[in-house]
Amino acid sequence: MRRVGIASSGLAEFSKNDSTIESLMLSSVKPIFDNMPNLSQDDIDVVLTSTNSDSKYLSNVVSELSGISPKISHSVESLCNSGTNGIVSAYSYIASGLADVALVIGAENSNSPGLVLEWDVSRGQYKHPIYWASMFASAHMRKFGTTMEDIAHVGAQNHNNATDNPFAYFKKTFSLDDIMQSKHLTDNLRLLDCSMPCDGAASILLASEDIIKKFTDKPVWISGIGQKSIAAGFTKNEDLACMKSNIQSSHQAYDMAKKTPNDIDVVELHDAFSICEIIELEDLGFAKPGLGSSYVRNLYETNDKKINPRGGLIGCGHPLGATGIAQTIEIFQQLQGTAQKRQVDGAKTGLVHNMSAAATSSTVLILES
Amino acid sequence: MTRFEQELKNNVFVSSFCTRCDKHVWPPSDMCNSCFGNIVWKPVTRTAKLIEFSRKGDEIFGIVEFEGSIRVMGRIVTTSTLQIGQMLNLIECNYDGKAKFVLAPTV
Repeated sequence: MRRVGIASSGLAEFSKNDSTIESLMLSSVKPIFDNMPNLSQDDIDVVLTSTNSDSKYLSNVVSELSGISPKISHSVESLCNSGTNGIVSAYSYIASGLADVALVIGAENSNSPGLVLEWDVSRGQYKHPIYWASMFASAHMRKFGTTMEDIAHVGAQNHNNATDNPFAYFKKTFSLDDIMQSKHLTDNLRLLDCSMPCDGAASILLASEDIIKKFTDKPVWISGIGQKSIAAGFTKNEDLACMKSNIQSSHQAYDMAKKTPNDIDVVELHDAFSICEIIELEDLGFAKPGLGSSYVRNLYETNDKKINPRGGLIGCGHPLGATGIAQTIEIFQQLQGTAQKRQVDGAKTGLVHNMSAAATSSTVLILES
Repeated sequence: MTRFEQELKNNVFVSSFCTRCDKHVWPPSDMCNSCFGNIVWKPVTRTAKLIEFSRKGDEIFGIVEFEGSIRVMGRIVTTSTLQIGQMLNLIECNYDGKAKFVLAPTV
């Protein structure tokens, strides 16, 4: 297999607006062409779109609007990890030799049909994501004694980080007390423990090692990929104090990249809800089981930006199909040394974790400069 | 409307069952997810084990497990303290576009 690298990226601000999914996508493609004079539409072999919108033939529509006539063009949908699923598909096309250059474009509107999990009969009448998150929170609190104050540290730190991200939905900080006092949606889930659906778009350009130097002197390589889907139904998560798909996908990615958690300098975690970040830190090997809470407290107390430097889903907002791509762009920028105020000093190896539908499916990418 | 939904609407909880593999096939399906053989619709025993729960205001919701394998989310009606692992009775099920399960502690 050929090595595959990231050459460039583009973001559209996460916000609430009336843009169509096509306009959102175009607004994140434009900066890629603006910033890369050596890139022409004719260079692009593959265009993949990742979204939960109901738009048909979207990759071809957006290709046409961008002046691209790709060899391969289709959409990738996998709820909240659509974005990294798109990146893995693009990686495969390039690594196999079917293509040299691939553009992956993710976007979502704030009223996306992907936000309510109507198809999962095992959820009964509890179709909104707050209910599954509340079950994980109950289980983790019961098993490890995790407290509501522990959980509040995730939101406080990620909102702090998001203030240095010009593309984030939230532009203000929230104190621990703000979070503790925010409206309770369930016994163990407050409004400020939740990521916000919003409009947003993110695009990323991948290229083979044979051609990537044409576009950039500082490529970032995708060295590890792990994906696992345990089921579609939420109740197939047997142990609710952890997320099995995270554990399995991260092991795959570490093995492929020949890395361990100790080798990772900077991390994007899928904090759809604050409790998720605590569990993911444990699942991915950054903290021992039960110690995710003390890990996030330490991040907050030392203002350590190693985890979710762009602000996570909680600080940035969560436009489903764009999220995994935006997470990958953050690690790309960190490893290029271009993350400005968010920069983690000396970052050489980073990890992206993106998951969907109550961790029934997870994707982990490991990137290296 | 599927057979599962029709039965639920009549307050009957059925699941697909594979006689060849001798197991429930959950979520409901027209084929066994092990052998791809035909299934039959079989009533599910109306007692369930409490796996996890939380509250939204005055409403208690949680995950319960029927017959050691079928897990669903349902509403739990009680004024007493709940314990993980305790048995609950399915006192009502329904379908109005969404499957609904209502449970209460066994006496």
